[in-house]
Amino acid sequence: MFKGKVWKYGNNVDTDVIIPARYLNSTKAEDLAAHCMEDIDRSFASSVQKGDIIVGGWNFGCGSSREHAPIAIQASGISCVIAASFARIFYRNSINIGFPILECPQAAEAIQSGDIISVDTTTGKILDETTGETFEAKPFPPFIENIIAKGGLLPYLKEKLG
Amino acid sequence: MGMTMTQKILAAHAGLAEVHAGDLIEANLDIVLGNDVTTPVAIGVFEKAGFTKVFDPEKIVIALDHYTPCKDIKSADLCKTAREFAKKNHITHIYDVGTVGIEHALLPEQGIVGPGDCVIGADSHTCTYGALGAFSTGVGSTDMAAGMASGQNWFKVPSAIKVELTGKSGPCVSGKDVILHLIGEIGVDGALYQSLEFTGDGVANLSIDDRFTIANMAIEAGGKNGIFPVDDIVRDYIKDRFQREPVIYEADPDAEYTRTVHIDLSALEPTVSLPHLPSNTKTVTEVEGMPIQQVVIGSCTNGRISDLRIADSILKGRKVADGVRCIIIPATQEIYLQALKEGLIEDFIHAGCAVSTPTCGPCLGGHMGVMSAGERAVTTTNRNFVGRMGDTRSEVILASPAVAAASALAGCVADPRKI
Repeated sequence: MFKGKVWKYGNNVDTDVIIPARYLNSTKAEDLAAHCMEDIDRSFASSVQKGDIIVGGWNFGCGSSREHAPIAIQASGISCVIAASFARIFYRNSINIGFPILECPQAAEAIQSGDIISVDTTTGKILDETTGETFEAKPFPPFIENIIAKGGLLPYLKEKLG
Repeated sequence: MGMTMTQKILAAHAGLAEVHAGDLIEANLDIVLGNDVTTPVAIGVFEKAGFTKVFDPEKIVIALDHYTPCKDIKSADLCKTAREFAKKNHITHIYDVGTVGIEHALLPEQGIVGPGDCVIGADSHTCTYGALGAFSTGVGSTDMAAGMASGQNWFKVPSAIKVELTGKSGPCVSGKDVILHLIGEIGVDGALYQSLEFTGDGVANLSIDDRFTIANMAIEAGGKNGIFPVDDIVRDYIKDRFQREPVIYEADPDAEYTRTVHIDLSALEPTVSLPHLPSNTKTVTEVEGMPIQQVVIGSCTNGRISDLRIADSILKGRKVADGVRCIIIPATQEIYLQALKEGLIEDFIHAGCAVSTPTCGPCLGGHMGVMSAGERAVTTTNRNFVGRMGDTRSEVILASPAVAAASALAGCVADPRKI
């Protein structure tokens, strides 16, 4: 269960704006977080609070395969991302590192920047506490839930391979 | 119900008689790829999870191509990490400065990937090898780590869009124009989670390099992969290159597609994508005359020998316009050498171009051609997002090598048919 303030962005938020390539010469999560969203929102990295939530439109995380993108978002303190849809590599990367993301077009449309929302990632229930509206995101298939429950793909794999 | 070409490859690698769109499967991998940006992250994840050995040192490829020759100390540290991991794990396919090329030009050229393969790469443009009839898709670093550890990964079996190509393209229309046109038609998420399967009698009129360019940018339509049937053009290409036995799959006649997109190649015009989305396409005639300061001809999309020959046919004996920086980057050492032998490099230098050793460099705003605020480039690369090639106020227009070369001469977006 997460509760936080919303940072809202539009459609096709690409991984080049989530973490510009000029910072990919580092693999340190805190270095990446310091420049997260820099190319579309210069205020984000300095103002984001632990637990805040990003709400995006369609095709969130499109572009490059850089796992640095969900790593940067996670390390910046964001608790989860809700979007109308996710680009597939970003979707995989988030699951693989155990970072919660939820697909919900209705929530992505209605929720506004600055709203306080609470999110139950297991049931997919989203409550906009500012407006009182509720939404339901698609639950993950059991296979993917299992990967997240194990803490990501590698712990899952380690257990499977023994 | 029948299977698509992609579904057949996935079923075979999962040991299943059949798979259906939406199934979650675990498939065996023929090749696992990473570069200097993504491999160090994968190594961190691999080691943190307690893995000490890769599944097969001959099936892992590390290409140090993004920030090389290293642009700064941090990127040198990344390469060192990758190099040491490769040495420790006896990875045979490590390509470093001197042998490295841009990964998606390099792997097919070196015969590392071929028809029927199931390939993952921690680089979004891994979908390029679909030109050879392989299933290949871009993944992240954790996926690469999982692939290195186990030789397997999980996939959601994709549904597919059939792209039916007919006819033969006219002058100055190449694979790049085909894929930009398609992305303009279906949008940057038009093929989200799906395969793009290219078919039709027009395929025979596309060179292997055209097909690499088209499959390469399937990701710019959101696609999981782009794939072409295996024909004589593919067989000729892999002959004397591909070391393993090719396995040729064909889509079943009753395979299911969510939609069919028809493209008449003879009706296509040279096409460009304006900032800041690849789907923002226009024909070159609609946007001729927009002033530019830079041209880049290269990348995993368009740095192959036929791309350089096209550029040469326009640049030879002419001069790049004042105020334009034209940067040409052969994608691999083999391509570079071939271009040297054919006299292309000399032509480029006489025309006033800068020619570089293979690197991804400027495509992602890494180095070798980063732009300042207010500058605009015509490039043969694959993305034109905000800040992609430098300052957030710079602009990238995606185009074919012919349009890029013509624009370098004109100092503005130009139609190569008028040169």
